[in-house]
Amino acid sequence: MLADLLNVIRRDLTIAFRHWSELVNPLVFFIIVATLFPLALSPDIAQLRDVGMGVLWVAALLSSILGLDGLFRSDTDDGSMEQLVLSPIPLSITVLGKTIAHWLVSGVPLVAVSPLVAMAFYLPMAAWDTLIIALLLATPTLSMLGAIGAALTVTLKRGGSILGLLILPLTGPVLIFGARATDLAAQGESPAGPLYLLAALAALAVSLGPLASAAALRVGLE
Amino acid sequence: MWRTLTLFFHQLASPPHFYRWSGLFAPWFAAVALVLITIGLYGGLLLAPPDYQQGEAFRIIYVHVPSAYLSMLSYVLMATAAAVGFIWRIKLAHAVAVSTAPIGASFTFLALVTGALWGKPMWGTYWQWGDARLVSELVLLFLFLGYMALHAAFEEQERGDRMSAVLAVVGVVNVPIIHYSVVWWATLHQGPSITENAISGAMLWPLLVMIAGYTFCFGWLLLLQLRSEVLEREAGARWTQRVLEASP
Repeated sequence: MLADLLNVIRRDLTIAFRHWSELVNPLVFFIIVATLFPLALSPDIAQLRDVGMGVLWVAALLSSILGLDGLFRSDTDDGSMEQLVLSPIPLSITVLGKTIAHWLVSGVPLVAVSPLVAMAFYLPMAAWDTLIIALLLATPTLSMLGAIGAALTVTLKRGGSILGLLILPLTGPVLIFGARATDLAAQGESPAGPLYLLAALAALAVSLGPLASAAALRVGLE
Repeated sequence: MWRTLTLFFHQLASPPHFYRWSGLFAPWFAAVALVLITIGLYGGLLLAPPDYQQGEAFRIIYVHVPSAYLSMLSYVLMATAAAVGFIWRIKLAHAVAVSTAPIGASFTFLALVTGALWGKPMWGTYWQWGDARLVSELVLLFLFLGYMALHAAFEEQERGDRMSAVLAVVGVVNVPIIHYSVVWWATLHQGPSITENAISGAMLWPLLVMIAGYTFCFGWLLLLQLRSEVLEREAGARWTQRVLEASP
């Protein structure tokens, strides 16, 4: 089972790195959204520091949804998804592998550039480690939720516009706990509570999310 | 007795049977709803004493609480019906889920509007981010809209039914998580604006009557919506043709 999972991850990573220009898009989107906020608000340092964490979380959330539309699309269009459904590997394992691969090429780079955005918003350096841990715990949940949305809309021609409508209301808890953890750290308090809750959400999403995505993918191929 | 009852329920899953029986039941739901809502409104607006803190403004509770209760009830009903339809492939269950969504969204909208109107005299603003119930109600409205948008996006009926059923089940798992995270978030940012008082008997009974009346009204609306949904889904069937020819 684990070998199958690793195989799926390896396959998707290979495909992803062959189209590496598509990988950069969500990352650039993340930085651009974060850049637009100071332009819309004001260059005032105190104000940017106040809103910075919130901006960072909303930008991360939006950019993680952006790249998800294509998660199952190319496989469904060229027919390999039907083979994956028919194969003896449980479909939820395949879906889990594909989502993990997607997270590795979209979530992890986003975490890596987040200190850059945090610096641009004058957020205290003491909160950076919490920010990175919180994003590392939050992005898998976002990817799993997004995978459900991608599976639900995979047979639609214009699925991308509806995907956000389906998934964004469900991301509220991730946003609340993530922003709270980084806020606490910025004020010099212990962020352990919200981080545990983020971890709980991630565990729930990783264990139940693939089942829902697999069910939706099967309906799409019926 | 028991066997006729179970037989009756099994037959209800067949569209023509359902259509005939729902035609008989629907007027009764409407009549009971009308009587209960009349009694509840009379009791709530005229008999109940004004609140010592909120004065007459509290009376909006008689339309706000039933709407909020029905908005949650309809989401659970929608998800349950969708799951039943998904698992046992019962066509009528999918029709129930699809018909519940717009009614549930309307009650959610009503709960939001009446909550905002109540908020004006209570908090001085129509919208208060600090109130967790309002914010979760808003998210619930988004969930209803997402479900309806997804169902409408599919051209094939059956695929749309089954896809949106998955979404409804995912949503119902998330609703408690969203609700409690919002409660936690709201209590961090400010204290509760109203202390929960025990409600006195003279104020309580009209509320309960109103809740019962609204529930029957919901049942009536659902039956009407479901009847037209069933007719639309069975448009090609012979019994539908007969029904449509019989009615002018």
